[in-house]
This record gives sequence, C-alpha cells and structure tokens, in this order.
Amino acid sequence: MFKVGIVGLGKMGLSHQSMVNAHPDLDLVAVCDTSTYVLDVLSKYTGVKTYTDHNVMLEKEQLDCLFVATPTRYHSQIVGAALERNLHVFCEKPFALNPEMAYKLAELAESKGLVNQVGYHYRFVGAFNEAKRLLDQQIIGDLHHVRAEAYGPVVLRPKGSTWRSQSAEGGGCLFDYSCHAIDLVNYLVGCPLSVSGSVLNRIFSTDVDDEIYSTFQFSPKLFGQLATNWSDESFRKMSVKISLWGSNGRINVDRQEVQIYLRSNKGLEPGLLTGWNVRNTTELTRPVWFYVRGEEYSAQIDHFAQCMKHRTPTASTFRTAAETSLVAAMIRADAGKARTSVDPASVGTTSPGAEQRDSSRFGIRSIFGRR
Amino acid sequence: MDRILFGDNQFFGVNHASEDKARAQAMRFQDIEAVIGVLRDAYAEGIKTFMCTTHERMSGVCDYFRDNADKYPDYNFYPCMPYAHKYANAAAELGILGAVRSFLPDNNPLGALVKGGLSLARKDVEGLAKMLIDAEMKMFAGLKTPVVFLQNVATDFLLGLGFDEAFRIFADHIKDQYNAEPAFITMNAPRLYATLTKLGIKNPIICANINKVGFRMCGGIDAYAELLNNGDCRMVAMSIFASGALHPKEAIEWLTQYPKLRSVVFGASSRRNIAETKSLIDSLMPEAVAG
Repeated sequence: MFKVGIVGLGKMGLSHQSMVNAHPDLDLVAVCDTSTYVLDVLSKYTGVKTYTDHNVMLEKEQLDCLFVATPTRYHSQIVGAALERNLHVFCEKPFALNPEMAYKLAELAESKGLVNQVGYHYRFVGAFNEAKRLLDQQIIGDLHHVRAEAYGPVVLRPKGSTWRSQSAEGGGCLFDYSCHAIDLVNYLVGCPLSVSGSVLNRIFSTDVDDEIYSTFQFSPKLFGQLATNWSDESFRKMSVKISLWGSNGRINVDRQEVQIYLRSNKGLEPGLLTGWNVRNTTELTRPVWFYVRGEEYSAQIDHFAQCMKHRTPTASTFRTAAETSLVAAMIRADAGKARTSVDPASVGTTSPGAEQRDSSRFGIRSIFGRR
Repeated sequence: MDRILFGDNQFFGVNHASEDKARAQAMRFQDIEAVIGVLRDAYAEGIKTFMCTTHERMSGVCDYFRDNADKYPDYNFYPCMPYAHKYANAAAELGILGAVRSFLPDNNPLGALVKGGLSLARKDVEGLAKMLIDAEMKMFAGLKTPVVFLQNVATDFLLGLGFDEAFRIFADHIKDQYNAEPAFITMNAPRLYATLTKLGIKNPIICANINKVGFRMCGGIDAYAELLNNGDCRMVAMSIFASGALHPKEAIEWLTQYPKLRSVVFGASSRRNIAETKSLIDSLMPEAVAG
C-alpha cells in the first residue's frame, strides 16, 4: 500500500480523492486545502485527516506520494517540496506554467528516480491509444497534416471569479483547454518545432483568453493547426478531437471513436478495410476497478499506482508535460508579436518570400535557448 | 416498479459511441415537443414510466404531463438527480462552494447562512442536502414520482470518498418528504450494494450497466452475476446494448439468464425501435421472478 496525500480539493482534487480512496493499492492518509469548510465536511463524514498547509502535512505525515491539484500557479512550489522529500508525485495539468521550471522539476524527479505523472487524462482514453497504435505502425502513411480541436462550455458570461479567469493564476483557455489538445498532439505526432500565426482571443473574459488558434510545424512536410475555445456551450462537455492526414488516408479520433479512412490497407492491420473503418469506445475501453466519471480518470490513477509498484516511468511524465508547457509558451510568445500586413497596392509586385516566413515563426530556440 | 422504464440519454445528446450521433440527437430534440412526441409513442406502446434526469429542459415535459393528467392517469416519473454537468460547470466557474451557493434558494434562512460562509456542522450538511434535493424535485410537483434515483456520478463519487452517510440522508429524505422509494444509479454495483447493506438500507433499488460484454460493470461481470442471483436488492439493467455494441435480440436473450432482474431501462428515438425493443423484452423476459 502506498500512503497518499492530496493538496487542493477543487473539482479535480475531490475526484482524485474519491478514486484514490477506492483503490486497493492506495491508502489515503491526509488531504490539504485552504477551505476549512470543505475540510470540516470531509473530516466529519469520511474520517480523513485534514491540513490547511501542505508543508505541515508533508512534515507530519509519512507519505509515499502526493497528488497536487491546486490552482496552477502553486504547482511548481508544491511539487518541488514533495520531490525534495522523495515523494512520488501526481500533478494536475498543465504542470508548471514556466517551461524552464517544468524541465527543472522533471530533471529533479528523474535524478531521484521518483515516479512522476501529470493529469493529461486523454492519454488514457482507449480511442486515442488506438489511434496512437495505428499511427505508430504508419497505417495512414507519411503524415502531412494534423488538426487538434477542443471545445466546451467553461466561460459563457462576461463574469468569473475563480483562478481560471485570472492570467496570473494560470487561467485562460490556453492552459485549461489548449494544453490537452497540445499534449495529445505531442503524444500522437511529436512536439512541433515552431508555431506561427497564433491568436489568443477574448470572447467573454477580461483578463484571459477564451479561444486560441495556431499553426504548427513539425518537419519540412508536416504541419498542424490548433483550434480551441472554452466558450462554446453547443458542446455538452469538453470535447477534444484530433484529425490526421497522411499519404495513405486519414484518422479522426475523439473520446468516443476512431474513424479510419485508408486508401489501401496493404495488409498492415488485419480487420481494416480500404475506405472507412470505425472503432468505438465500447470495444476500445478497458475495464477499470472503480468508475466515477470516465474510465480515463480511473485508469490514470491506477497507472500511477502500478508505476510506483514497479518503479517504471509513467505514460504522462513531467518531461512530456514540460514539452506541452513549452508549446503553450511558444504560442503565447508568438501571439504577442506584431502581425504582418500586406499593402494591397504591392500585391503581385513583390513576393513575401521564404526569408520573411522564417522570421515570423516562433521556434523552440527563441523561447528556451538551451534546448 | 414497471418491467420496462424509458430512458432519456437520447434527448440530451448523450451517446457513448459517437459524437456525431450525439449532435444529431441534440438537434432533433432541440424542441421539447419532439421529446414529448417520443414519450407519447412510448406510452402508446405501453411504456408508462419515464426515468428522467433533473435537467431544466425536462420542466417542459413535466408541464405537458401535468396539463394532460387525464390522458395519462397512470404515468410515472422516476427523477434522477442531480444533473451533474450543471454542478460541474458551476464548480469550474465559481468554485465548489460558489457552485453550492448558486443552487440554494435565496429566501431560505439556511441558504442565507451558507451563503454567508457559515462553517457546516453535521446538521447543516443534512439540511443543505435536503435543500438541494428539494430544488431538484421542484419541477415534478403534482406528478407521480414513486421512485427517485441518485445519479451515478453523485453515487459513485460519494461511494469512493466513503461519504456513506450521504446515502442515508438521501434515502431518508426521499422517503419522508416524497413518500417515494430511494434508488441508486451506479457503475460500481457490487461495491455499492455492500455499502448500502452495511448502512442497513434494505432491498435497495440499484440501477447499473448490465450487458453481455461487461461494458462499465466495475467489479467484474461475475460479481454482478452474484448480485443478480443472490443479492437482496432490486436490480434495474441499463446500457443493455452496451452503446450499440450488441444486437438487441442477442442483448436481451443474454439477460434472460437472470430471472430476478427486476426492470430494464432503455432509450430510443423512433416508434419502430421502441416497439421492437419492447416486444423483445415482453416475449423473452415477461416478468421478474420474485426475489
């Protein structure tokens, strides 16, 4: 049994608490939050030990691991404190906002041999894993385009008082929604080398972005586009969709299903036909020991427990999350640049050319010199 | 409880197999008249119980059945509460406490105290839960609600936390205030049954996924079989087609091995599908064996 502490009891922290408490290999020892209201109720009705200061909890309790689900701004400080005490750490996404700090924490966890995971739960959705399996065997040939979309109903009015609506706290659609889509792109295709044409636009919020658009380049022949918007209530809940085009067809994948179109199956994958194929969640989802709100939330916690047991790296490490934070930072920096406008009178007489195109992209080096 | 209950996922654009189908359904049932039309079809086929999420859209359905009580004298609603996304979305926007506050009535003195930030003593949690239940039940006033379900997200969240007392608070309030039977939807039926038994909640109504492929049957299909054969509980099967993975006849034939299974809930959008599924259940599993 691994002794567990949880810091931050918002929506995600409470949901983790429920699943951790029900896991046969995890022993929930203590929880920590600044709201004494929530702590009083939990203490009275579930008997869990409660703290208002995570440092006191870490000092007094003999924990094996810590779940961090505070507002994003506090992640790096709390994760750092836990790693210093040699605890395995599960941190909510989007990990550290500052990519440099994110890489430092990844290095610290790796150097100490500690199990580290970030809550990018889409990596545990059966359909996305099936897409990854098919992509890894190049079922749709050489990729040339990937489109990542995330839409849902978070900010629907010009109002909001939580940390999610404040940029200094790590709020905004970029960190809340786009990071899931970016992380999936990184997982399925790899990290883009540069971003361009990035837009952080406001719809209702006054301090943060509500929709994000960006163009990615992965290689000379592989490009991608990101479109995310958290002010779209035509989606009942957050919906993430990745579409990929390759020389042998395309794949559309979301939480429910994988749609595969093949120009030719070439005997690569038994059971797939030339033309359209559909595999849906019922056949792709593996059973979990306890279900609260989707198999992936349970599966990621079980995965963390199994990785602690066997001392193996997780499928969503601090390092991969640092890469996701890096891409988010690239988008933010790119969006802050002046835009190129074309004088209508000059169209047809001059060509913008490759030189200008290169200088208008935001690459990894410009954000993060040593990578 | 009726043998066949009519479900409502199709009306909310909930489809576990396809986002496109979900959107098509959301468009088709945009107008509440379309929902009422399907319920009329189901009634004409002999399905007289609607197992219905406490989504605000359902108030239009409630109005219709209240206004036409003479046409549907034997019609039952089984409310399923809470509509979880309402709370989850509010929690993301307002925080946990802000969300709770936003659903409390303004004119209630306890609501005012909680809104004022009063720390909750034991009695207050109970009072708070009762107020939230009453708020969810409001739209069903004047309709027959002999069974009231706690939705699976709430049931399973509380079950995981070990917040067992919540089940007792819910059960007592549903019995005392609404003279109805408390019931529970879950994805973890064997574990829930053990907890309810420990709490002394006897012969509970438990609605859970029960299907041939074991889809979302946490604890394993064998533990469910044990519950269906030997549990002191009334089981309601949902997701019997495993989100379309199973052919209706195959799915229902498989259920016949559990003669004590009390009821089946299914949703459909066309009269033809309603009639086909109903006639399969009627012919293959006409009634439950008394447990």
